[in-house]
Amino acid sequence: MAALWEIPAVQTLTWALVKVLIILQVMLGVVSYLIYAERKICGHIQARTGPNRVGPFGLLQPIADVLKLLFKEEFVPAKANKVIFHLAPILAVFPAIVTFSVIPMGPPPTFVVTDINVGLLLFMAMSSLGVYAITLGGWSSNNKYALLGGLRSSAQMISYELAMGISTVPVILYAGTMSLVGIVQHQAGFTSIGPVPLPNWGIFQWYLVIPFVIFLITAFAETNRAPFDLPEAEGELVAGFHTEYSSMKWALFFLGEYMNMLVICSVAVTLFFGGWHGPLVDRLPWMGLVWYLLKLSAFMFFFIWVRWTFPRLRYDQLMAFGWKVLLPASIVNVLIAALWLYGKGPR
Amino acid sequence: MLELFFGFAALLVVTSLLVVLHKNPVTSALFLVLAFSSLAGIYLLLNAEFLGMVQIIVYAGAIMVLFLFVIMYLNLQHDVETGLQIAVRRGIGWLTGVAALLTAALLIRRGWALGPANEQLPEAAAGNVGALGRTLFSRYLFPFEITSILLLVAMVGVIIIARGRTKTAGEGA
Amino acid sequence: MIPLPYLIGLSAIVFAIGVIGVLVRRNALVIFMSIELMLNAANLAFVSFAAHMKSLDGQIFVFFVMTVAAAEVAIGLAIIVHLFRLRESVFVDEIHLLKG
Repeated sequence: MAALWEIPAVQTLTWALVKVLIILQVMLGVVSYLIYAERKICGHIQARTGPNRVGPFGLLQPIADVLKLLFKEEFVPAKANKVIFHLAPILAVFPAIVTFSVIPMGPPPTFVVTDINVGLLLFMAMSSLGVYAITLGGWSSNNKYALLGGLRSSAQMISYELAMGISTVPVILYAGTMSLVGIVQHQAGFTSIGPVPLPNWGIFQWYLVIPFVIFLITAFAETNRAPFDLPEAEGELVAGFHTEYSSMKWALFFLGEYMNMLVICSVAVTLFFGGWHGPLVDRLPWMGLVWYLLKLSAFMFFFIWVRWTFPRLRYDQLMAFGWKVLLPASIVNVLIAALWLYGKGPR
Repeated sequence: MLELFFGFAALLVVTSLLVVLHKNPVTSALFLVLAFSSLAGIYLLLNAEFLGMVQIIVYAGAIMVLFLFVIMYLNLQHDVETGLQIAVRRGIGWLTGVAALLTAALLIRRGWALGPANEQLPEAAAGNVGALGRTLFSRYLFPFEITSILLLVAMVGVIIIARGRTKTAGEGA
Repeated sequence: MIPLPYLIGLSAIVFAIGVIGVLVRRNALVIFMSIELMLNAANLAFVSFAAHMKSLDGQIFVFFVMTVAAAEVAIGLAIIVHLFRLRESVFVDEIHLLKG
């Protein structure tokens, strides 16, 4: 046993596995309490209290929810394509979990599962795989509302993915790397606007402000959150792509949506808000994790806030906005950032 | 390394066989996604990590979604493949495929060698995004620009074909 | 490094499967998928030669193949959709407009 432990590959693999397990377990817990947070915040936005019966302040509500979902009846429509019907919810969760393997949650190597030099591209690849879950779920249900929801979502996600991908290009130009760890490390130190000292985060570079806004808007569309939750617009499509889903399979879709939110917020923090950087990180590495989690929570709060504030867009407005505003704007931004960085000379 | 390669290779062969053999077009498309993903895995093993990711983004994320979209739009069910003519054609198809494979096997087993390897490039840089970009935008700049024109032409063509003949064809549509 | 004959052999196998698919199937969409399979087999050969020659040119070629494949799929699927509207079929042997 000790001899086996001596092999470097075995050590690396073991540590990676341990980190993966921790992240998986923590994420499941975090997601269930995110739903609690969403319901609480939504309640307060609408001037009511939200869940408050199960446990103190309703803190045990997520556990009750999960138990309820577990014991519900699993329903499969008679003419559904059984295999794909079961496969779709799994596909909803898979990309989010894979992406978490490259997100730096603190100073490497302790708080990063793996650092690959195309980390940002892995994120793009996985978010492009997210389309399958919704499209296949909608199609295999053999239900017209589900099919409409699925088709809508594939069109929506493909359209907004382009703008999202191009809006990250200025960040790559700024950092000179596609590794997410490298991008965070590039944002160390301080900059200043006039006399005001500021951390050297992406968002404080003037040419990265508009890409950030575009990234944020496309993030709402990619996670199918309001105001872009057209695939499941309950006013017109019953429940959209998951109309026929129940019990744990539905819960997996729900889990996937919240995990995707976590992933996209983490990437936003990594690209534009300096990832783990913050005071005290040099002396205490675990403070990096704390800063990362604080920034992540702020983003999650923003997502929930937006959901309960803005009305849903109409479908033609959504597509026109994506293709005619966001995509050209992000391309122009790449040009501006490239020219500016070229003018500044080599780093 | 070699074990991983054999795993990906087996997955690739099995899934691509299923693409060809499965009667339901949707299932075929999904197996093709798996095949492309295992190919991306092989690219990663070959130090072409940028290509591996682009493979997933372009093929799995864009092209296959388009396929699925069309299959769902046309609402295709299982293919019916019976009749003498089809059986004959199928036999010819399999014979040709096996012949092609045998030819390839013969060619690979004959003695052959690669030319001298490019020694200026360190092996670690083979998948380096920066080096790839520099090559693409210097030596291959002209082909790169040509492909952008190709994409533009394809885009215009698709819009014109897919829109079909509308009633107001007099407008030059 | 993975031995080159393995890689080229795999590429040949996948290419042959693509050939079989094109010849055996009647569904235009599946034929199209088989063509994609053949293109990918060629890509695999390019990447493996590039890795063994320690050169980036093969990888650049794969880019161009991918671009062409994307354009081809977009056009091809548009044609298939259009054909389906005209003939209510995607089976290539039921489409014989030139035979009158």
